Amino acid sequence: MRRYWWKILSIVLLLYAFTAGFLVKLPQQVAYEESNMYESMRNFFFHVPMWFSQMAIITVSLVYSIKYLRNPVLKNDWMAAEFAATGTVMGTLGLTTGAIWANYTWGAPWNNDPKQIGAAIALLVYLAYFVLRNSITDIDKRGRIAAVYNIFAYFIYIPMVMILPRMVESLHPGGKGVEGNPGLSGNSLDPAMRAIFWPAVLGWILLGVWISTLNVRTRVLEDRKLTIA
Amino acid sequence: MSNTKHIVALFKKDLLLEIRQQYTFYGILLYVASTIFVLYLAMGQPEDKVWNGLFWMIQLFICVNAVAKSFLQESRGRMLYFYSIAGARDFIISKLLFNAALMVLMSITSLVLFRLLLGDVLVNPLLFTGIVCLGGCSLSLVFTFLAAIAARAQQNAALMAILGFPLIIPQVLILMRISNIAFSDVIQSGLGQLIGLLVGLDVLVIALSVILFPFLWKD
Repeated sequence: MRRYWWKILSIVLLLYAFTAGFLVKLPQQVAYEESNMYESMRNFFFHVPMWFSQMAIITVSLVYSIKYLRNPVLKNDWMAAEFAATGTVMGTLGLTTGAIWANYTWGAPWNNDPKQIGAAIALLVYLAYFVLRNSITDIDKRGRIAAVYNIFAYFIYIPMVMILPRMVESLHPGGKGVEGNPGLSGNSLDPAMRAIFWPAVLGWILLGVWISTLNVRTRVLEDRKLTIA
Repeated sequence: MSNTKHIVALFKKDLLLEIRQQYTFYGILLYVASTIFVLYLAMGQPEDKVWNGLFWMIQLFICVNAVAKSFLQESRGRMLYFYSIAGARDFIISKLLFNAALMVLMSITSLVLFRLLLGDVLVNPLLFTGIVCLGGCSLSLVFTFLAAIAARAQQNAALMAILGFPLIIPQVLILMRISNIAFSDVIQSGLGQLIGLLVGLDVLVIALSVILFPFLWKD
């Protein structure tokens, strides 16, 4: 119990987010009067947490890449790789949920919006990371080179998604001349929505950590099997 | 400062290699010329926006080709030698400098060819030349480091393109926005901010290269 309380917390938070996300009363003004979002605004509880948790998960991946360079044990490399993989899955889900939402609200799944482009770049960067990993056969070398690329890519990717979307006009909230940051619009969130959104973010991050650590544990077991046999 | 001395010596070595084995230099030059010529045959004289887009895309491919060989041409033994006498940091700095210089040269050449063949659409040629130099530097910095990674993975230019193209998008987007200014009479606001952002990104890339490169070459 002491060690896996956060897994229970993750399930509880996600169950809460799924139930409350579909039941909560949407702010009349934002959802119906000022925009054409209507009930699709509920996607906010699912689409946006995907990107928040993707960012959190790839940051964990970065930390393990730095750790690997300082202390090259295999487990750090596995952690970096598995967290990057989970981050990529979250990113794919974020892109898909966003495309569904865009299809209803903006008329097409893909609108060449700066943030859509940023999302697509994120996926390309991490897919390239896996191509790079698989192109190297030597385990130690793979860990080191992949870690270097991971760190390099992260520090170019983050300023790009933090700065560029704010400088140009965008359909998302937080573009040029609009209030808010690239993730959330300033004042369209009422307290009831916040009370669902932030638990959902935490729930997805915990789930991401859970999935990644499970994958790493599988790798550790496989490795042990190989060394015994 | 022995560091500066090392960097200058390594830079000179690259320059000498380039002068003595001229086939690589002229190879890239021919690549630039023939690519732009093919483009001219295919496109004729396109309008401003297409011109701009084509120009930066061609810069991207020139950069991949010009920079890729900088690490692939060195043999393993020679690398070890440089590493032991000069240190990894001096080595990467000299490579960054050399590739930036090479790329600026190539960018200016392709700008001249573009203006000759694809039409002289620039309203503000002097400003655009400056942007091209800055852009050539920015592209070469990112690709120099990626060439180092690709060389370590014992891979060819294809891997470099896979690794580099997503990462170069912010630079290319900023460059396209900046260079749009050279196509119009009115100076748009935010030019200084955009150039500042580009220079900031360059500084970031240099810092990351200098910090991360020693880890790449540890064996």
